[in-house]
Amino acid sequence: MSAAIPYGLCSAVLVGLGLFGLITHPQPLRKILAFNLIGSGVFLLFGVIARRGAAVGFGGDPVPQALVITGLVVAFAGTALAVALLLRLVDETRRGTLRDE
Amino acid sequence: MALAFDIVLVLLILGVATWTISARDTFAAVVGFIGFGLVLALAWVCLAAPDVALTEAAIGSGLTGGLLVGASARLRRTETTSGETPSISLRLSAGVVCTFISAGLAAIVLELPGKAPTLAPQVAANLAMIGLDNPVTAVLMAYRAVDTLLEVVVLLLVLGGIWSLAPDHLWGGSPGSRHLAGPDGVLPFVAQLLVPVGILVGIHIFWIGSVAPGGEFQGATILAAMWILATMAGLVDMPAVSRRWLRLLLVAGSAVFFAVGFAGFAMAGAFLAYPEAYAKLLILIIEIPLTLSIAATLALLVAGPPERAPQE
Repeated sequence: MSAAIPYGLCSAVLVGLGLFGLITHPQPLRKILAFNLIGSGVFLLFGVIARRGAAVGFGGDPVPQALVITGLVVAFAGTALAVALLLRLVDETRRGTLRDE
Repeated sequence: MALAFDIVLVLLILGVATWTISARDTFAAVVGFIGFGLVLALAWVCLAAPDVALTEAAIGSGLTGGLLVGASARLRRTETTSGETPSISLRLSAGVVCTFISAGLAAIVLELPGKAPTLAPQVAANLAMIGLDNPVTAVLMAYRAVDTLLEVVVLLLVLGGIWSLAPDHLWGGSPGSRHLAGPDGVLPFVAQLLVPVGILVGIHIFWIGSVAPGGEFQGATILAAMWILATMAGLVDMPAVSRRWLRLLLVAGSAVFFAVGFAGFAMAGAFLAYPEAYAKLLILIIEIPLTLSIAATLALLVAGPPERAPQE
């Protein structure tokens, strides 16, 4: 059994947990949080794949690792945009909900 | 022994993640998410990816956490949980679907083929030619430099998107409210103490990126955090987003990146190709303005759309 297996299983559970939160939480900010959990799970799966590609003295394949760094920055940018949209929505409607009543 | 540590760390990660999903209070969930990012950074160290660990701690936990704390504080008044909780049947079916997805992913992880494909030998073979010792920085700045270039452009596009959420009469003004802290406050004291040290650490992390874990994104995040801290303490004010110098600072990184990229046609025959003798110098020429641009962009992404009318 590879040492990366526990983290692989962890990433699988994180994706499920995040998806559950995304579906069931009524508050938009909680949905954004849950979406970030899904993202973390996907990145971690990438890390496990990278770890398995360890060769020629590197602890892991540097290409997926670099992709994860790029992904983390883009995920932050996406979160910032989502939060800005949400705050503007609340300013307009005075309600913190996605329902149109 | 190492496996036991891995399992304990995984349980800790899953515990904190469950807390962020299940906590009743949004603010508590956000604090849970920050802790989640920090323990996840430990997992990245265990996966032999210290560069990713630094990025996760700085951006995934720090900047995202700061952004969400600010948002949850502003949304506190509008929180209406009553009457909006989804029905038991929806929660149950969502639970079943998510369990299936997790089980499927877990099965894939357990069934991965014995020998993993890897690009590590190719990365190692050409490291000496570029003059970098950190393989991850080499991938970011040389082999897959076009990804990094597009990412910086994405950051600028997102910033444009956030700015355009400002109401018309505030367009071109400054983001956030003016923080006025008394001269005797604790925060200005901490900021005066921490910001100079933080700037040095940021530059250091950026500079050692060529030989050790670190690099422009991690360094830029620390610089951005120092700017945000100084703003919150009232030491400096966020500039109006219509300022010429600010716009130039924001686009400097990608402009230099594009310029070197097109110069690659003349020097080495392809976009973003570096001639062997000047590879490290060219990467440095890109990286310095790039780090400053990314730092400014990240800080302004956290600051949000303009909230004060421009002063004429």
